[in-house]
Amino acid sequence: MPKDTGIGASTKRREDVRFLTGKGRYTDDIDVRGQAHVVFLRSDVAHARIGGIDTSEAEAMPGVIRVFTGRDFEGVGGLPCGWQITDRHGQPMQEPAHPVLAQGKVRHVGDPIAAVVAETRQQARDAAEAIMPDLEELPAVIDMKAALAEDAPKVHDDLTSNLCYDWGFVEENKAATDEAFAEAAHVTTLELVNNRLIANPMEPRVAVGDFNAATGDHTLYTTSQNPHVIRLLMGAFVLGIPEHKLRVVAPDVGGGFGTKIFHYAEEAFCTFAAKALGRPVKWTSSRSEAFMSDAHGRDHVTKIELALDAQNNFTALRTETYANMGAYLSTFAPSVPTWLHGTLMAGNYRTPLVYVNVKAVFTNTVPVDAYRGAGRPEATFQLERVIDLAARELGVDPIALRRQNFITEFPYQTPVAVEYDTGDYEGTMKVLEEKADLAGFAARRKESEAKGKMRGLGVNCYIEACGIAPSKLVGQLGARAGLYESATVRVNATGGITVMTGSHSHGQGHETSFAQVVADMIGLPEDMVEIEHGDTANTPMGMGTYGSRSLAVGGSAMVRATEKIVAKAKKIAAHLMEASEGDIELKDGTFTVAGTDKEVAWGDVTLAAYVPHNYPLEEIEPGLEETAFYDPNNFTYPAGAYACEVEVDPETGQVTVERFTAADDFGNVVNPMIVEGQVHGGLAQGIGQALLESCAYDEEGQLLSASYMDYAMPRAHDLPMFTVDSSSRTPCTHNPLGVKGCGEAGAIGSPPSVVNAVIDALHSGGHRVGHIDMPLTPARVWAAMNGAVPNMGAAQPAARTDATTEARSVGGPATRT
Amino acid sequence: MYAFDIERPTSLADAKALLAGEAQALGGGQTLIPTLKQRLADPGTLVCLSGIAEMKGVTSGPDGVAIGGGTTHAEAAEGLKDAIPGLAYLASRIGDPAVRNRGTIGGSLANDDPSACWPAGALGLGATIVTDAREIAADDFFQGMFTTALEDGEIVTAVRFPVPEASAYSKMIQPASRFPLVAAFVARFPDGVRVAITGASEDGVFRWREAEGALSADFSPEVVTGQPEGPMIADLHGTADYRRHLCAVMTRRAVRAALDGTGGLSSAGA
Ligand SMILES: Cc1cc2nc3c(=O)[nH]c(=O)nc-3n(C[C@H](O)[C@H](O)[C@H](O)COP(=O)(O)OP(=O)(O)OC[C@H]3O[C@@H](n4cnc5c(N)ncnc54)[C@H](O)[C@@H]3O)c2cc1C
Repeated sequence: MPKDTGIGASTKRREDVRFLTGKGRYTDDIDVRGQAHVVFLRSDVAHARIGGIDTSEAEAMPGVIRVFTGRDFEGVGGLPCGWQITDRHGQPMQEPAHPVLAQGKVRHVGDPIAAVVAETRQQARDAAEAIMPDLEELPAVIDMKAALAEDAPKVHDDLTSNLCYDWGFVEENKAATDEAFAEAAHVTTLELVNNRLIANPMEPRVAVGDFNAATGDHTLYTTSQNPHVIRLLMGAFVLGIPEHKLRVVAPDVGGGFGTKIFHYAEEAFCTFAAKALGRPVKWTSSRSEAFMSDAHGRDHVTKIELALDAQNNFTALRTETYANMGAYLSTFAPSVPTWLHGTLMAGNYRTPLVYVNVKAVFTNTVPVDAYRGAGRPEATFQLERVIDLAARELGVDPIALRRQNFITEFPYQTPVAVEYDTGDYEGTMKVLEEKADLAGFAARRKESEAKGKMRGLGVNCYIEACGIAPSKLVGQLGARAGLYESATVRVNATGGITVMTGSHSHGQGHETSFAQVVADMIGLPEDMVEIEHGDTANTPMGMGTYGSRSLAVGGSAMVRATEKIVAKAKKIAAHLMEASEGDIELKDGTFTVAGTDKEVAWGDVTLAAYVPHNYPLEEIEPGLEETAFYDPNNFTYPAGAYACEVEVDPETGQVTVERFTAADDFGNVVNPMIVEGQVHGGLAQGIGQALLESCAYDEEGQLLSASYMDYAMPRAHDLPMFTVDSSSRTPCTHNPLGVKGCGEAGAIGSPPSVVNAVIDALHSGGHRVGHIDMPLTPARVWAAMNGAVPNMGAAQPAARTDATTEARSVGGPATRT
Repeated sequence: MYAFDIERPTSLADAKALLAGEAQALGGGQTLIPTLKQRLADPGTLVCLSGIAEMKGVTSGPDGVAIGGGTTHAEAAEGLKDAIPGLAYLASRIGDPAVRNRGTIGGSLANDDPSACWPAGALGLGATIVTDAREIAADDFFQGMFTTALEDGEIVTAVRFPVPEASAYSKMIQPASRFPLVAAFVARFPDGVRVAITGASEDGVFRWREAEGALSADFSPEVVTGQPEGPMIADLHGTADYRRHLCAVMTRRAVRAALDGTGGLSSAGA
């Protein structure tokens, strides 16, 4: 029986009423009295030395209050990087300065050169056009391999090269891994690109800085997934403002997908300028600016090798990856291709030896950082593609090959540092086989063929590490922050509850699902619980929302705080009913004394807490408000199996996704409808990456996909009706809700199944194509069918051609089977 | 956007007078407004044509169908349904509903984007472009990417289309913009077949004469073989070779649709 309230119920999302009726309050809706507007002059070249910046004409223009350049920020800190990687040789990564406004050089198209603050946005824009920067253009490095060549131009003159780090993991396994390859019965090698993406949340970034000269208080309103993190990073490292004098508010946020985790220059600028000018300063990104200033995602070039023994058991895995950092290190950029990627390379399989090498490279492109899944989609894609290719080379069934190598016993210590607490990969695969009607595929293929289409089936598994993360562990791995979460549960006198969480909701439905949890624990209607988030002034220090961590970590903090509330409320109830505390039971919002008919309502207890006339004041304080911080002791490991069926038009190369089935194990599920919605969104993004989305630069570093005219977002018509099932449940063993997180699964798990399906379709039509790099546009699929070398191993700029680029590959020629 | 003045004439004569100076015509604004927003143009004064009743509507007569230059894509799609289903289909697949309810046939032809739809319909049917000053045959009107026979300030007031025995439009979309990557308009008349291709050539919309010859002899998809010559567009979404290949594929599909009487088909689905 589906529940209609509390944990397990598909309660409708309460926040949607305001989102869908235009009553949301987004950052751009915030206008502070007396505010001025800033427009940034951004570089239109990828790499240049700044000779001088003539701002005199701009300064004299109507409405202009002041023009800022890098000079004005000389005494100010740069944007910090939140994660330090130690390389294969024990050395720290190279970490360049990241000034708020460019100093000395511009390093990518979009790099801010100057900022004009004026009375209106229009005036600021007019004046920005009148600024004359003296730019001496320098050769740009766009391609990662070219960037690492001996004589390559350097993005940062003060670094020794464009190599940020050369990371080996697990370095101690390298020799043994190489040995296993030497002894392997079969080795499958694949080179591939994980295409660069632009997150494109519906709401562009906005920042409003305000300063109260009388009190010395700063306020920043910003489109952020983690206001406390911004307060800490910007306050401590950039502007030197202590937290008690800095309030950061992230109100309704229209989608983030990772790109709103990071601390951006525009936030620091508005906060700084508000004080410097004694005026609130507002910035609203245009969509064009978003394309060249929001951190991009993915952009890995990988060579992966899988070793198998004569019985087709996986014996070793070896990868070499180039990861694009862009021109500067965005907040969490270094962690994405390393700890969020290398630790997942074991996948769902018992491969005993894994060695991952990652070279992170600076290029004259927009900084790259976490995007939905962050590192884990890159790991899953390469692993699930190479397994598919191995199955094809060996002539075995790709599902059987996976099954044979599944991890079946838990907890399982992988060779890449993490320990999976629980899982059932065979279970999700069985669900998939049934829900996707894999048995019926052959008949569906025949139908497609009768219509002149090639049909393919692609299946893959995935695992991710979510519920980020144990602070102690990530500290050892180089994180410069803890990754706990917090909650304050405030019970009001008349019984209603306000929960203040350090998590942040920007589309995930926390206001609904978090309320379900607290209401369920006490036995109250959900509408008695309100969720507050996004304002550092009234929420406890929290780390925000990303890495599918909100319910697993934030929800756990909320459970702990609610447990404290219940414990105290029972003490009060015991006093009111003159019973002993141990006999008090709480059910459906009513306290009873075991074995008697005595009872007292929730509201009587809460009232007593605030009107303590009859109250155990000698034992406990009045009031009913508790805070808890929760630090997980492991990641959570959602996993699943996905199946995609495509049709390919043999004349045009056009791919259409005909069926898509997801079988996920998210552990316990609080709101099945919200979980299904999260999977749908993730699938749309994953299918978008596989078929449509491509951020491309030309050789000079101009962004080719700089608007929606060239950057293809997935639309409803590009997607089939999804079949989504999360009935496989192995609850997380180490958090109180037994939940694992579902926000990224769809985006992590779906790209390989789409590509596997297209390759399968092409083989059915007699095209022995080993691989095609994403996005699998009609042009690329057609070229692959017609003998072009797949676009393999190509670093940026990749997207412009369909037949590339051995020169840019990691090594070795393209694979054809 | 830079600041500009806007004039809203209600007669063609007023519009013509207003456009004699430095002003620019504004049709549906679906191309011009984004250009202004990007500050890529600074016209000073815009003369809005959408209030001119005499430039609107679809009328069928004995020598064909006339569409007012200020008629939106959506109105044209509706008004052409019975008279020229192939052209109605073309209009019904332009952009999205917002674009179709604003953008106009006159604006599209005047703009002559190398990937636009209307130029293929006009050239494929051998239309006559009527302006405030003269009449121009489609064969003379299109003169390369974004270049037409129009003089500065000249207004497309109407377009006259002859009614073919059969016609259809086949559109392979560019996945981001949904303009044609390559599209073909095929029309069969008693005296021969016309084939116009858009999206493919660096010279803009063009007639594929070889295919016309073959189809005039035998109006069936199989006779469309080979590929058109000339420089083809190469960009993120397709190489020149791919576009050249698609010319034949789209032409064959248009022929098939014309024979089936379905008006056309699009890779964007139903
Ligand atoms: C999202 C999107 C998708 C689109 N998809 C397609 C598509 O699939 N296929 C396609 O063909 N087009 C597409 N378009 C373009 C659309 O059809 C435009 O409406 C059309 O190109 C221009 O018509 P308009 O009336 O909007 O002209 P405007 O934008 O107002 O004007 C364009 C130019 O024509 C001039 N002009 C306007 N009217 C006249 C006139 N009567 N006489 C002389 N000059 C005039 C203007 O001065 C200007 O130079 C798309 C546009 C958008 C925004």
